[in-house]
Amino acid sequence: MSYLTTHLGEIGTLTLQHVALVFSALAIALAIALPLGIAAARWRRFSSAILALLGILYAIPSLALLAVLVRYIGLGAAPVVIVLAIYAQFILVRNIAAALAGVSPAQIDAAVGVGMSSRQRLWRVELPLAFPVILGGVRLATVALIAIATLGGYVGAGGLGADIFFGLQRRYVEQTLAGSIPAALLAIAADALFRALERLAVRRTTG
Amino acid sequence: MRYPGADRNAVDGVTLEVPAGNFTVLLGPSGCGKSTLLRTVNRLVIPSAGAVFVGERNVAELEPTALRRGIGYVIQAVGLFSHMTVAQNIAIVPELLHWERERTRKRIDELLELVGLDAARYSARYPRQLSGGEQQRVGVARAIAAEPGILLMDEPFGAVDAIVRRALQEEILRIVRTLETTVLFVTHDVEEALRLADRIAILREGKLVQYDTPDRILAAPASAYVRQLFALEPDIEKFATLRAKLETQ
Repeated sequence: MSYLTTHLGEIGTLTLQHVALVFSALAIALAIALPLGIAAARWRRFSSAILALLGILYAIPSLALLAVLVRYIGLGAAPVVIVLAIYAQFILVRNIAAALAGVSPAQIDAAVGVGMSSRQRLWRVELPLAFPVILGGVRLATVALIAIATLGGYVGAGGLGADIFFGLQRRYVEQTLAGSIPAALLAIAADALFRALERLAVRRTTG
Repeated sequence: MRYPGADRNAVDGVTLEVPAGNFTVLLGPSGCGKSTLLRTVNRLVIPSAGAVFVGERNVAELEPTALRRGIGYVIQAVGLFSHMTVAQNIAIVPELLHWERERTRKRIDELLELVGLDAARYSARYPRQLSGGEQQRVGVARAIAAEPGILLMDEPFGAVDAIVRRALQEEILRIVRTLETTVLFVTHDVEEALRLADRIAILREGKLVQYDTPDRILAAPASAYVRQLFALEPDIEKFATLRAKLETQ
């Protein structure tokens, strides 16, 4: 494992790049998925339409989608972040809609009954109660995005995929492992972190 | 008023005038339309025909959120917000009405005492840490926090055991007497209706069968249905015959 010891700094940089790719995509994805998920929870028709559309996008192989995007917007981080954000939509929207639908009817009835407007109901009651479940969806999306973000290595976006890509190209197994092992560890760490946050959130919302 | 897919109106042609300050019970079996009727008052249900007046005002012309903030609402499932403490739950309506913080805080302590809970012990607890009876006490405190003129209660004590129910019934009578609130109370429990009501409105299949004081209903049931409803409780029947005897003497 001489590659690991001699390139430690480089691996660190790639890991940070990887995290940056994933979290910028996640932030964009959440900003889009939250209103979509809320709308899907309110209107049944919209829910089936948007989930069908996102399901199709989700089914496109991410590498193919990336290739198409690179053709139009060029190499670098941008096409990767877009692919990740699109891929996360299906997971997040479906999860947010389900989380909101799972809020107890008695608490909704009470929220309407005390005279909350629909916006107050959403922010003060529905979203706080749905939060732990939404966090579970964010965890699933994050783990998936950490894996898919390795594709960034093919299109010059950096991240741990770069080591995997160049290692494969040069048939240099150690370099490939220097990308794939940290990527796997990153996914495991993210999973554990979000699980801990979920436990904390569950305790908070149920008292 | 008819629900989608139903073959009859849930509430049909009911005319009911509830005197201010009265404790009125809507009584009938499940599916008779009593909850639906109750929910037309705070516009959780909008009638397909007819109107509901609160005082001089048609509720259909009022802003629903403002209307509801002036009407207390207690349901069987309680519906306390599980992510908020007891104090935060009680503070909901005062906060929606933009009360000053200090006034709200004082009111919370006052209300907890009124419903028989120690403020110091219960304020910071979460609903999950309370018994069913305690939860419903908090539910009542939340409903009356902003001193509403009207209190709607939909089978509020249906989910607690008989002993706790009895205690809660006595407390609610005491509370509404001190507040002089107009109460509309839904139940299918005849005994509960007799214990609480100034007036009872008996509903059957969406229609109003009889509306009168408990005494007069017992003395002169309007139909065989009403007689049967009250006869289901042997004690009540004894009570009724005794009363009838006393009146004839």
